[in-house]
Amino acid sequence: MSTSKARWAAVTGHSLFWPVVALIALLVANTIYRPGFLSVEMKDGHLYGSLIDILRLAAPLILVGLGMTLVIATGGIDLSVGSVCAISGAIACLHISQQPDQNALGGVLVALALGVGLSLVLGVWNGALVSIIGIQPIIATLILMVAGRGLAQLITEGQIITINSEPYKAVGVGYLLTLPLAIFIAAGVALVVAAVTRRTALGMIIESVGGNAEASRLAGIRSGRITFLVYVISAVCAGIAGFMITANVSSADGNAAGLWIELDAILAVVIGGTSLAGGRFSLGGTILGALLIQTLTTTVYAMNISPQTSLLFKAVVVIAVCLIQAPAFRARFARRRPAAPAAPTAADQPKEQVPA
Amino acid sequence: MLTMGKAITRRRAVAVLTATLLATGLAACGNSDTGGTPADDGKLTLGFSQVGAESGWRTANTNSIKESATAAGIELKFDDAQGKQENQITAIRNYIQQKVDVIAFSPVVESGWDTVLKEAKDAGIPVILTDRSVDSADKSLYKTFIGSDFVKEGKLSGEWLVNEMKSATGAVNIVELQGTTGSAPANDRKKGFADAIAANPNLKVIASQTGDFTRAGGKAVMEQFLKANPKIDVLFAHNDDMGLGALEAITAAGKVPGKDIKIITIDAVKDGMQALADGKFNFIAECSPLLGPQLMDLVKKVSKGETIPQRIETEEGTFTPEQAKAALPNRKY
Repeated sequence: MSTSKARWAAVTGHSLFWPVVALIALLVANTIYRPGFLSVEMKDGHLYGSLIDILRLAAPLILVGLGMTLVIATGGIDLSVGSVCAISGAIACLHISQQPDQNALGGVLVALALGVGLSLVLGVWNGALVSIIGIQPIIATLILMVAGRGLAQLITEGQIITINSEPYKAVGVGYLLTLPLAIFIAAGVALVVAAVTRRTALGMIIESVGGNAEASRLAGIRSGRITFLVYVISAVCAGIAGFMITANVSSADGNAAGLWIELDAILAVVIGGTSLAGGRFSLGGTILGALLIQTLTTTVYAMNISPQTSLLFKAVVVIAVCLIQAPAFRARFARRRPAAPAAPTAADQPKEQVPA
Repeated sequence: MLTMGKAITRRRAVAVLTATLLATGLAACGNSDTGGTPADDGKLTLGFSQVGAESGWRTANTNSIKESATAAGIELKFDDAQGKQENQITAIRNYIQQKVDVIAFSPVVESGWDTVLKEAKDAGIPVILTDRSVDSADKSLYKTFIGSDFVKEGKLSGEWLVNEMKSATGAVNIVELQGTTGSAPANDRKKGFADAIAANPNLKVIASQTGDFTRAGGKAVMEQFLKANPKIDVLFAHNDDMGLGALEAITAAGKVPGKDIKIITIDAVKDGMQALADGKFNFIAECSPLLGPQLMDLVKKVSKGETIPQRIETEEGTFTPEQAKAALPNRKY
């Protein structure tokens, strides 16, 4: 009896318990509204259904979220990811649009390389501003967030570049083993990041830099280099997400591509249980957070909630998830009920290591 | 050191202020001397302040104004406000100082123009609003407002549908992709369309959701519309881009756009016209950025002191696939 109670407390106390509950609740609500919501059918040799849409559309957010997780783990923030998405998508689409044969694989690969290369440069810019010059991350990345939109529009010359390239389109809407290719790309990147951070000491070093950069440096960690590195990773993740966003609609819109994705990414990271103060992170939590946010967006469309109320609806769900997830809030709530078992103390929670 | 620096700055400030005062004084004198006749070289000067370069539509708008000014022999002073009202106010004040003959601008926002418009009026320079309006209660602050009538665009779309479906006996299910929530084009186009189809009980909007005027938005919303509603007969999108995004969702759902689902959009940008010519769209109501020639015409009229209507609509048409095929080779944007 007591062990099952303790196990229950351990499950509900897990940082990902409430986001999972919220995700399931959203899916259930959708199914009640429209029983066919969860149904998935085969169409043209791949799976087709709302769940598949959620996976496909969440892929760019997962990618951006992964980079953002590492940045936030060092105590920083990267506001420029949306602009980086737009720039890398724009340069890739521009290159493809100039090819005589847009379907040629070679041209598409060059375009992808250009996009990734440019993202790397932008990441180096951010990293240098933060770690070498020492500008506060929110200001340093704000520069590129604003200037980057202009840069993307310079590349597209203020127009929407429309392309007609099957190989590039596959990045956004292609299928592999009946599932969206985009989700495999996102999962691949997630596995690489997880392996590099959790199978080596890198993750722990990032957390230690986030906890106290100066103490880490005195302990022999090159804090500056770690900080530099996470901004580069974040930009490259955003660059790849930019391919997916532009490939989804086969066009590069310097104005709209990746607009406000930085805010969704930060939200996904927070829902996933990563502390905004830095010092601890959860990659799995971020992926879950991204899926939750995309499910929320899709729910608004699927239930046809009016645009005027949808923002409020989203805000209510997000705030409910964030509140219920906070140990301090739950502890206060639990104390009100006399018969409730002792809640896990708030102080224990932040120190808990979260597996990737 | 510090005090000296301060002193210099102060002295410089005084000098600048004096110079400005002198300049405005001279300007005022000059104004009364010339008495509102065109500038010395006999050429009309137009000061134009543009919102920015936020879209292909806007770029086409800018080019149209520049080209038609050259064609009409009007000297154009052009300023890009980069989406900021303060830049626009500064530009208008500069034009007043430079004594241009006519000022025209596309207001970034609707409110907060009374002061600067009053300054222009006091200087005797007529003002023309293009594309977007201002909410000033005093309509004498500007000569006219030239721009599209968004309600009419929605209405034309609805009327085409009513005519197209007049022989339909069963229910016709319509889904709507709205523009950015709260924006004037989204509100007005929705209203115009709803008014036009109101008399016909067969035509019913079964779902309406915002796609933020973007292709990605249009696609994501349409994907869910298609899954939630087994029978969709018509799509009405508030701009071409959302319609183009929705095209992909419709194709991915195994339906034929233009046949299984009739598509009506607004704008008539090049990509949209291409889709219409290809038979993927069925009807486009034009929202033309090419108001340059009309504007230059108005500039000439107001500088001569002719009276013009307070509201002038941009010359716009509608397109069917055949008309799109004919118009496409000359499409500039």
